[in-house]
Amino acid sequence: MAGGTTHGTGGLTFDAKKRAWPNEMNVFIALVIMIALFEILGAWLMGQSFLFDSRDRFDSVFNEARLKIIILQVSIIGIIALGATQVIILGGIDLSPGSVVGVAAMVSMSFAQTSLVNGNPNPKAIFGPEMMDLPVLIPVFVALGVGCLAGAINGVLIAYTRIPPFIATLGMMVAARGAAKWWSKGRPISFPTDEYATLGNGFGGWSPVFIFVGLAILFHFVLKYTVYGKHTYAVGSNEDAARMSGIKVDRHKVMVYTIAGMLAGLSAVVLTSKNLTAQAGMGVMYELDAIAMTVIGGVSLAGGRGSIVGTVLGALIFGVIISGFTFLRLDAYYQEMVKGAIIVAAVVLDQWRQRRAAAKS
Amino acid sequence: MSGASMGDIILETRDLTKHYGGVHALSGADFKLHAGEHVAIMGDNGAGKSTFVRQITGVEQRTRGTVLFDGEEVEFENPMDARDAGIETVFQTLALADQLDVPDNLFLGRELVKVKLGPFSILDYKEMRRRTIEALEKTGVKIPNIRNTIQNMSGGQRQCVAIARTATFHSKLTIMDEPTAALGVQETAQVENIIRTLKEQGEPLILVSHNMRQVFDLVDRIVVFRRGRICADLDIKAGGISGEDVVGYITGAKTQEGYEDAA
Repeated sequence: MAGGTTHGTGGLTFDAKKRAWPNEMNVFIALVIMIALFEILGAWLMGQSFLFDSRDRFDSVFNEARLKIIILQVSIIGIIALGATQVIILGGIDLSPGSVVGVAAMVSMSFAQTSLVNGNPNPKAIFGPEMMDLPVLIPVFVALGVGCLAGAINGVLIAYTRIPPFIATLGMMVAARGAAKWWSKGRPISFPTDEYATLGNGFGGWSPVFIFVGLAILFHFVLKYTVYGKHTYAVGSNEDAARMSGIKVDRHKVMVYTIAGMLAGLSAVVLTSKNLTAQAGMGVMYELDAIAMTVIGGVSLAGGRGSIVGTVLGALIFGVIISGFTFLRLDAYYQEMVKGAIIVAAVVLDQWRQRRAAAKS
Repeated sequence: MSGASMGDIILETRDLTKHYGGVHALSGADFKLHAGEHVAIMGDNGAGKSTFVRQITGVEQRTRGTVLFDGEEVEFENPMDARDAGIETVFQTLALADQLDVPDNLFLGRELVKVKLGPFSILDYKEMRRRTIEALEKTGVKIPNIRNTIQNMSGGQRQCVAIARTATFHSKLTIMDEPTAALGVQETAQVENIIRTLKEQGEPLILVSHNMRQVFDLVDRIVVFRRGRICADLDIKAGGISGEDVVGYITGAKTQEGYEDAA
């Protein structure tokens, strides 16, 4: 080499336009296609529009009621999906959030009791009178605490005993459900304070949507722009490389599972305050719906790839399917069958895309 | 780098020894590397080359002996300690995250941050990109778009990214363990160009290689290992040493004066 002639970077720069087609675009297109499909079927079978105001019932061009339902019905599970996204990008899996919702719901509702129901003493109180009418922050923090604890146990088991995440979180799934039933010997807990009820019903019922969207924006930022996010992708992408590069992999795993647990706890707060009651059976199968949302949103089960934007779009696809089937007055059975097919199709498409990408290079 | 002139000793090992149970993988290695010097380590499989590298870089703990780096005795507990001290190693198995792009990989584990908030510190992407381009220019690495993820790159490009790490962090010593073993002709040439660039810039290097042509092209000195011992120390820039001589030392057909106990 004659000194310097091969230097330079061959026009190497940072070129924003040269970035690859983001996977989120594909998910977005899938969402649009899904909506278009229901529009066509609606016009054909029902004689009305799916998303637009076709009978002048609303002030805007959209059918506001349906839009609200679409987002509202995926908000609570969507909060869990935000945690599932991080766990799956990390290269793990979390089967426990549904049960954690159950136990967090029971415990937090116990601290949210009101003393008087229609002028009579609360008949279903768990604790004595001194534990009633507590400030609303107490049940919220209790729920977050329960979620964090469950998540931290998951994380410590996975990071330090090296058992597969599937097994560790399966154990938590079963144990947390047991704890939820044990807490009040299976009895439901009802009658929260008005402040607590506002959490899930405020803003004209939009409150769960605001909480979900707010958290989605927060975690989008955290995953994309913080060291925590970068390390989550790095561990999921190549754990050995992350370790050799000095990333404290074990500590990081505990942190990610703890945050996922915390989000499950928060989801329980929204769910119980919206329903004004807590039952030990709450949240059953939520973890699977949450995982399905992330997978539809393009988060790779192999780890290292995916985004919050994708998961939110995946959640919306979920909501559109559920509302669409209701709109067409089709049985819920079909809904579940189609949901199942879409989950499998999303993973097949993702693997096909990856193989094609690998073959190109 | 730190104003060291040629002649200063960057790395020295005295009586460096590693036993795995009863196996004497490395015995009494006395080795010196001067500032700006490029040294090749050669030897047959199992001769102790990789064992030697692993003791210097903190991957393993030595059984006996002393390692002096930059004038001070050092005791690295893990590769991170070595890296913090300024020894950057390109391992045979590349420590890259496939789904991340070039700046992400260069700064993996030592990200630059704008706002310090513990684990939630905010990344300084702009500065990392700027320093990535700087590092790639310094090493002469050509990569079409640094925002591409590693999985879409050729083996040569990956190797170049791994090597460019050394330039990014102004390391005092670069160690490469068979950096071209898995590469094609063109890619090998690219990596060799990077090594020449490091030489021009006065960055010291230890190169573990089996490739005789490459070694004669690139380095100042060859240190030959045989059966866990250093058996020859050959100044090839002085001339008079052929590839056949080196093969002789590697196989044990020849023995250099002063190293008779290695035979």
